[in-house]
Amino acid sequence: MTTTQPRPKLTISQKLTHTRVITKRNLLRNVRIPQLLVFATIQPVMFLILFNYVFGGAITQGGPAAAVGDYINWLIPGILVQSAVFGSTQTAVGLTEDLRAGVIDRFRSLPMARSAVLTGRTNADTTRNLWVLGLMLAVGYLIGWRFGQGFLRVALAVLLVLFFAYAMSWVMACMGLAIKDTEAVQVAGFLPIFPLVFASSVFVPTDTMPDWLQAFAENQPITIISNAVRSLMLPEQAVEFIGFNQSELIWQSLAWTAGIILVFAPLAIRLYRRISD
Amino acid sequence: MLAVQTHEITKHFGEVRALDGVSLQFEQGIVYGLLGPNGAGKTTLIRILATLSRPTSGTARVAGIDVVDDPMAVRNRIGLGGQFAAVDDYQTGRENVEMVGRLYNLSANESRKRADEVLERIRLTDAADRPVKTYSGGMKRRLDLAASMIGRPEILFLDEPTTGVDPGSRLDLWDLIEDLVEAGTTLLLTTQYLDEADRLADRIGVIDHGKLIAEGTSTELKNRLGGDVVEIHALDGDIDSSAAVLTPIAGEEPVIQGQSLTIPALRGVDTLTQVVRGLDEAGIRPEDIALRKPTLDDVFLALTGRVAEGEDAEARPTGPRGRRGGR
Ligand SMILES: Nc1ncnc2c1ncn2[C@@H]1O[C@H](COP(=O)(O)OP(=O)(O)OP(=O)(O)O)[C@@H](O)[C@H]1O
Ligand SMILES: [Mg+2]
Repeated sequence: MTTTQPRPKLTISQKLTHTRVITKRNLLRNVRIPQLLVFATIQPVMFLILFNYVFGGAITQGGPAAAVGDYINWLIPGILVQSAVFGSTQTAVGLTEDLRAGVIDRFRSLPMARSAVLTGRTNADTTRNLWVLGLMLAVGYLIGWRFGQGFLRVALAVLLVLFFAYAMSWVMACMGLAIKDTEAVQVAGFLPIFPLVFASSVFVPTDTMPDWLQAFAENQPITIISNAVRSLMLPEQAVEFIGFNQSELIWQSLAWTAGIILVFAPLAIRLYRRISD
Repeated sequence: MLAVQTHEITKHFGEVRALDGVSLQFEQGIVYGLLGPNGAGKTTLIRILATLSRPTSGTARVAGIDVVDDPMAVRNRIGLGGQFAAVDDYQTGRENVEMVGRLYNLSANESRKRADEVLERIRLTDAADRPVKTYSGGMKRRLDLAASMIGRPEILFLDEPTTGVDPGSRLDLWDLIEDLVEAGTTLLLTTQYLDEADRLADRIGVIDHGKLIAEGTSTELKNRLGGDVVEIHALDGDIDSSAAVLTPIAGEEPVIQGQSLTIPALRGVDTLTQVVRGLDEAGIRPEDIALRKPTLDDVFLALTGRVAEGEDAEARPTGPRGRRGGR
């Protein structure tokens, strides 16, 4: 009888291997089913183009655009955040599909780290988000967007957005594990997202909103991240004119993002452990 | 050593008692077949033994290890093959199996080596580098089996490994499972099919409504069933009069389900002849009459003395009668 030696506890390096294996598996799915990547890409690019040409003219005349130049310069930072957040719903969808296919059962019967199924999922979704963000910047450039403060600041801005997308992936992981049904989660995932994205500075500045809405819009994470990204991407005079405090916005963004991860990652792992009890 | 040992396991889902005090044990090196109709609790029991879910009460040990106290140690020793093939369509067969190897904490090299071995054994080498979405249903089941074997588990759990595959693939799978067992793997297998348990299992446990209602070798169980049965389908008005003919022949009342009446064929073909003659003399023409091997339904009838749709059938909409469509 071949007896595997009892392995007392998983080492850190084993856990990292599990996460890497699952991340790779999830990324492969995007590459092998090209439709997935194509649609995940087309939708945000379509949003970018629509918003720019539909709203652009009207908004340039009313907003702080005088300082910003074309609307596209205001829009790009916001729409990066918007697409990253929309993209995070795929975490919930992917998990419910794995649940239904029985893949999660197989994983749970293996001597692997419990957290790896979830970290591998959020990692892969964040990587896919990086690709989408890069493509949006390229399309933005073609339709008139320009760096305000150089390449490094843009890179930093993209990192901020990705980090936030990662946090939102954990929120969506919780939704997926709690709701468990793919169709339901496709709808439910957008419920918290819509008000957060539209009652924010993503598309337009918040100062024309009614007071009660403004109070919400100005203090919620999506506005804060969008404005932090703007403070890194708009020309410096524009940032000053609008009155963005760059370092404060960046710290607030990081705090929100870290806070969301600290709450939702452990919650997701707990939901995962209890999934069939 | 005992491969599996459960003591008074129960599992409740709200009002439903999926398991209602199951105690069973078997030693390493054998194939244990868990036989039961839809909703009997087979999957629930396998899930508890494979550490996927916790019992409501009772204890279970796999390879001597308590599944609740030390699930990780259990997972190191088991393999699980599902009722549905849990493989990724967009990965190749080899990639699927290697991935599982890595998750069993094998090195990349070792995973590759064992994936080759296992795919060879499962006769999928030729298709190994094709995406699984090009596989047939039977091939997917075989791949699922390969994935559950790559960790060289001491104990393999297979939940209805042949449900929903065509008869040819079913025979293939049986061959493969027999090969596995020859190589020394202990196997716990669930099935709804008597012939499957008969062919593969050294010992059979019959489970119904969350209870283990009989246990033994296939011969022992068959002897308890008393061999073949004679079944007739009577016309609507003839049920009582037919029963009156059958009772003296069998020495007991026939089991009546709708229009079907069944008695044990204690004297084989002679019993059939007696029944035909008796009905003829009474002027009854049945729709259909047959001497046949006992089915799982008959097992339940014999073992429980009732049709498997009991008083509390609401909780179990998919009893064996549901499967047969009822007559
Ligand atoms: N997660 C769950 N929530 C509620 N009820 C459940 C759950 N899982 C199983 N059950 C119920 O427990 C009972 C036993 O189910 P189980 O899946 O173990 O049966 P089974 O013997 O595997 O049946 P089948 O042959 O159909 O696979 C059924 O009545 C089922 O409806
Ligand atoms: Mg089942």
